[in-house]
Order: sequence, then C-alpha cells, then structure tokens
Amino acid sequence: MSVYQRPIHLFWWLERRSYVVFVLRELSSVFVAWFVVFLLLLVNAISDGAASYQRFLDWSGQWWMVAINVVAMLFVLLHVVTWFGLAPRAMVIKVRGLRVPPRQIVAAHYLAWLVLSGAVAWLVLR
Amino acid sequence: MNHRRSPEPFLWMLFSSGGMVAALMVPILLFLFGLAFPLGLLSAPSHAHLYAVVHNPLTRLVLFGLCVLALFHWAHRFRYTLYDGLQLKRYAVPIVVLCYGGAVVGSVIAAGLLLTV
Repeated sequence: MSVYQRPIHLFWWLERRSYVVFVLRELSSVFVAWFVVFLLLLVNAISDGAASYQRFLDWSGQWWMVAINVVAMLFVLLHVVTWFGLAPRAMVIKVRGLRVPPRQIVAAHYLAWLVLSGAVAWLVLR
Repeated sequence: MNHRRSPEPFLWMLFSSGGMVAALMVPILLFLFGLAFPLGLLSAPSHAHLYAVVHNPLTRLVLFGLCVLALFHWAHRFRYTLYDGLQLKRYAVPIVVLCYGGAVVGSVIAAGLLLTV
C-alpha cells in the first residue's frame, strides 16, 4: 500500500521566514563539521612542531579563511541560540515535585556556556 | 515483522549530546583560533604552551569526545537536511552511508591524530 504524498517543490522552505530559519539551523551542522576539521588541523600542526604551528597561524590568517570562519561563527551561534531555546522542551526538570520554569532552564544553559567558555579561554590564553 | 532493534534512539542520543557539546564548546574555540588570533584581536599563544595543553591526556580525551559527538551531530542533522530540505529521501541508503560513514571515518582520524600528539 502506498501513501499519497502531496508533491513538494525543492524550495518549499523559502515560503516562510520560520521555514528559512529551520533550514539554516539544519545547515549549521555543516559548519560544526567544518570546525572539527579546523580543530584537527590545528592539533596536527601543534603536534608537528613550532614551524608547523606557525604555518597554521599564517594559513588561518588569509582573508578567505577568516571569511569562512566568520560565516561558520554566525551559523554556530544560530545553533547555540536555537539549541538552548529548545532545551526546556527537551527536558522537564522537577525540583520537589514542582516543574522548573523554562526560562530558568534556558538561563542555566547560558550560564554553563559562559563558565565553560571562560575556562577554555583561560586555559588557552594563560 | 521486523524484530531487529532500531538504531534510531542511539543515533538521536549521539545527535543531542553532539548538539550540546557543539553549543557549549565550539563558539569559544572557533572565536579564539578562527577569528581572534588571525585578526590580531588577541596574540596567539606560544607553541610550547599549546603543546603542553594538548599533550595533557585529559585535554585529548575532551577533544576526542568533542570531535566524535560533533561529527555524529552533523551526520544526523545533515541526513535529515538532505531528506527534507532537498527532498532526497528516495536515496536514503547512500545518504545514511555518506553521513554516518563520514562521522565514523572522521572519528578514527581524530583518534589517530590525538593519540600521536
């Protein structure tokens, strides 16, 4: 038995703003994967020695690499905002039988984000 | 009837752990190494310092977890982007192989690179 499927055109997601955001959010995953590649190239350069690390710094300073990473940053931030925004719907937390308000769950995520980012920055920059 | 257990719940778990790890860890690292150092907003740390940080087994374990989970997050989301965004669900088998296969290959490369630091 086959189920009737209404034909959908390829660019259905351009019809509404919320659909565009949905597709952009999904595409953020491509930039998450790009970041893994970038991170592994960095780790490889560091393990190969000081000269190799300097070559990585020069390479990452080229205008097109900065451009890619600016775009990547915007997509990753879209991921952060939408991910934390959906967190209260993904997790229902109860304390002494009372449901923790969604806003507090979102706030806790941003707090954890700030603390971890601070710790990573301290470790790299100290 | 198909009585095999579906791998979907496991893939969803990897997806959501990867989403959380990516949200918490990627922005600061991307900001520092992708923008702040290349643009000269902050001066890049010395090789000796970064080598010491990356050489620490705990750092390598964290970076490995970050890489694996982020890659599986990508695999899961990109799979559904191709299914829904580009209406390619009829090619489900090659898409699954490409996405999760890519994540597995990337994880093996990450393990190899991080073990030999």
